[in-house]
Amino acid sequence: MEKILEVKDLELSFHTFAGEVKAIRGVDFDLKKGETLAIVGESGSGKSVTTKAIMRLLPENNTEYKNGQILFDGKDILKLSEKEMQKIRGKDISMIFQDPMTSLNPTMTVGKQIMEPILKHQNVSKAEAKKKAIELLQLVGMPKPELRIKQYPHQFSGGQRQRIVIAIALACNPHILIADEPTTALDVTIQAQILELMKSLQKKINTSIIFITHDLGVVANVADRVAVMYGGKIVEIGNVDEIFYNPQHPYTWGLLSSMPSLDAKDEKLYAIPGTPPDLLSPPKGDAFALRSEYAMQIDLEEAPPFFKVSDTHYAATWLLHPDAPTVEPPAIIIERMKRFPGSRYYEAENGGNHQ
Amino acid sequence: MTQQYDKLSPDAFKPVKVNNKEAEQIAKPSLNFWQDAWLRLRKNKAAVVSIFVLFLLVIMAFVGTHLTSHGVDEQELSRANLPPKISWLAPIGIADGHAKVGGKDVDLYAQKNVKENYWFGTDGLGRDMFTRVWKGTQISLLIAVVAALIDVVIGVAYGGISAYYGGRVDDIMQRIVEILYGIPNLVIVILMIMVMEPGITAIIIAIALTGWIGMSRIVRGQVLKFKNQEFILAARTLGASNIRIIFKHLLPNILAIIVINTMFTVPTAIFFEAFLSFIGLGLQAPNASLGTLINDGYKNIQFQPYILAAPAVVLSILMIAFNLLGDGLRDAFDPKMKD
Amino acid sequence: MEELLPYTLFLKLTKLTKNSHFTFRCFVRGIIIGGASMAKYITKRIIYMIITLFLIASFTFFLMKMLPGSPISSAPKLSPEQLAVVEAKYGLDKPLPEQYVQYLGNMLKLDFGVSFQFKGADVTQLIIDRAGPSFQLGMQALVLGTILGIILGMVAALKQNTVWDYGSTLIAIFGLSIPSFVFAAVLQYWVGVKWELLPVALWKDGFASSIMPTIALAIGPLATAARFVRTEMIEVLGSDYIMLAKAKGASRFEIAFKHAFRNALIPLITVLGPLAAALVTGSLVVERIFSIPGIGEQFVKSINMNDFPVIMGTTMFYSILLITIILIVDILYGIIDPRIRLTGGNK
Repeated sequence: MEKILEVKDLELSFHTFAGEVKAIRGVDFDLKKGETLAIVGESGSGKSVTTKAIMRLLPENNTEYKNGQILFDGKDILKLSEKEMQKIRGKDISMIFQDPMTSLNPTMTVGKQIMEPILKHQNVSKAEAKKKAIELLQLVGMPKPELRIKQYPHQFSGGQRQRIVIAIALACNPHILIADEPTTALDVTIQAQILELMKSLQKKINTSIIFITHDLGVVANVADRVAVMYGGKIVEIGNVDEIFYNPQHPYTWGLLSSMPSLDAKDEKLYAIPGTPPDLLSPPKGDAFALRSEYAMQIDLEEAPPFFKVSDTHYAATWLLHPDAPTVEPPAIIIERMKRFPGSRYYEAENGGNHQ
Repeated sequence: MTQQYDKLSPDAFKPVKVNNKEAEQIAKPSLNFWQDAWLRLRKNKAAVVSIFVLFLLVIMAFVGTHLTSHGVDEQELSRANLPPKISWLAPIGIADGHAKVGGKDVDLYAQKNVKENYWFGTDGLGRDMFTRVWKGTQISLLIAVVAALIDVVIGVAYGGISAYYGGRVDDIMQRIVEILYGIPNLVIVILMIMVMEPGITAIIIAIALTGWIGMSRIVRGQVLKFKNQEFILAARTLGASNIRIIFKHLLPNILAIIVINTMFTVPTAIFFEAFLSFIGLGLQAPNASLGTLINDGYKNIQFQPYILAAPAVVLSILMIAFNLLGDGLRDAFDPKMKD
Repeated sequence: MEELLPYTLFLKLTKLTKNSHFTFRCFVRGIIIGGASMAKYITKRIIYMIITLFLIASFTFFLMKMLPGSPISSAPKLSPEQLAVVEAKYGLDKPLPEQYVQYLGNMLKLDFGVSFQFKGADVTQLIIDRAGPSFQLGMQALVLGTILGIILGMVAALKQNTVWDYGSTLIAIFGLSIPSFVFAAVLQYWVGVKWELLPVALWKDGFASSIMPTIALAIGPLATAARFVRTEMIEVLGSDYIMLAKAKGASRFEIAFKHAFRNALIPLITVLGPLAAALVTGSLVVERIFSIPGIGEQFVKSINMNDFPVIMGTTMFYSILLITIILIVDILYGIIDPRIRLTGGNK
């Protein structure tokens, strides 16, 4: 499939009172046309920062892009002028934010807010833009759109507001839609509605989506591919099945183990010990080593490179080095791996010794 | 596709036992709320300078009156209306004791045969302005600090009781506050001053009377916020008495806000005192405050502007320092500013 | 009863939290969602306003009774005939409660009695005669102060942590700290006396006479507005909807003026009340310094001459003025902010 966005070795820091926060420490991934890539990780892992860097929405006065490229359409976004960037934002790449309660301008009618990117990026009259805004509201499932475009954000519920934000994001049929935890602030039932809406819209307009979340349940539901981030780096990336059923990085194991599941009846819910690394002075080896029971000497000394698991699946852990000892993942993970053809614990459905 | 890996020594793959406790370890030393606030305040240059300036002014307010041999009300017409003269500034033409009299530049010290230097000059009655300015500062500070303290005591007690007991007590107390708060400060102060004998006490009472309401509302809001939080409920469950809950649990939590508010009350009080003195409702002669000195100075502004200059500059510096310190404290205590 | 006088509590909150805007919003919204509609709220506010004014009036009455001698008989400049007329008019021979009722009645008719210093001139008339210059100065200072304040605050917020920001903050701190009478005196001395650029005092040269007093009076509102707008603007610029506007491709200019400006300025209405109070306070000293024939100058003169009826009358006048302004401001805020307007309007 055609690559639409490539992030290459991105490194960036924030300069704060306390010192330099190395928020992104070398991130590589690409996004293909029409796919949904989920980025998962704890808060502070750098997932939001990565996407804001793609949009160049990080505060200019204290953000330093230290290395790397973000290639969109063959152009390096980091080298574009602010004017050129404004032409990309909202037109080619658009974004949905986490909290719909605060992401709409409270003193501007909803209609005006939807019309804004249309008027900005498309050469249309006000009347046409208004017509388009009504269509968009219809598209995101808002009843009586002709009436509602005259209303202010506070007259809508949280779920409805997120629909409006989605309408704004889709106004110019973007090539890439970045959704930064779009359902986190919503009720569970509304969450499902919004996810369904996003999935159906993606089919309609064939946009690529980067979906940021810390909720693995959501990932399983929407994503084609998954990137797991930890301490400002991607530690594992692969197809959704590969990440869920053949995970390789101890951090991914931890994440999956701590996901409540209906199958695990009487097991205690797993919690990853410790706290995320302090990015003011990140550890020199594998950032997760200090919290991992699989840590090896080399984890403390050198950061692991990406090891290839399959053509689509890479993980950055020394455990994949040919010389590394073979370790047993946690029992829950082994259970998962048993279902994945190609994993070393795979048991064919109708053979083997399980039952 | 094959990947090439560096050959690593087998030792590299030795498992290491990482103590989970270590991972939980917090790198930074733990600071309590006040230490943390102090650290942040220290980073604020304006606030640090303000503390230093205030410190200096307070010292001068008490020491300055004794630095010259002249009393506050010591009149001596033979040395009236002398401009400032400071020996080490005189050579560069500032504060050299010269003034224009009838269009001519005259050394008034020589003319009046005064040997001694008056750093801030003298007024129309020959009183030493240096002594008077520091005396005035002393009185102004006294009025402001006492008024602010009264504000704090009444405000905290009123707001605290209102919120802590809640219900009907709160209802009645708040209704009273509503009405009092509707009356413009200026009106209350002027009416109060007119009822009472003019003087320090009258001004303090008048200022305190309007100031406590703001404090009480803030304290009430804070107590209401904390009173139903778990740590208070926990203390109550453990059988802590009301007194203990108030002093051990509530007060420490609202102290920061009380301190900040006081920092803004003091300059307001200083301003109000000076304002009242300036419109003729303040201290009466022979008492001197910065306000009365400015009022006297204003009357002579055309010919002896220096009489206005010294108290006006001290008053302005005092106000600026308090406001900057208040700003600094607010930023230092504001948890949203962390990092 | 928390809902009464939102602006005042709000003011205190601005002093204490960076998040004042939001707190106030929640607070005002709380009023309306919390039961009462806008109409009910306004009614309640007017009732409280009347109680407050009644208290001030009563206080003033008993104050006059407490002062040595009858305020009218102690007036030296009244002729016996005038005295008789006045005594009859105010029923000073009647018992106290009756006098009190009559006094309140007079208050309702805005009749504040007669002046001592101006030989029995009607206080109400005195205030009306003097209102012109005070009103002109007040309005000029308010307009100048707010507009400059908004510009300063906006520049500071848009160019945060630059020389512009520090300069604007410095002006604001000076404006808040340096008392208006010191500023006015210095201005008068340098611009008027030393450089002779503008008339030193009095109200004779039309607009030129009003320039210096306007500047002296405007410095306080300017500082308040500048600081307020800066804080609001910074908060608004950091909000999610500004981020979304950026994500739509809006330019810096559009973000500042289409999105942030309106949201940052609406709350500025809430400081208009305190600004008006500051203007009244300021006008007392500024009018005195520049010898402007306004209400403030007359008031200060009356204080120095113990002209109680004028003092009381002016006090009542100021009370009514300020309380009404605060009420109007609170209602205005509700009307202008769409969130409050529509929640209150039951749409």
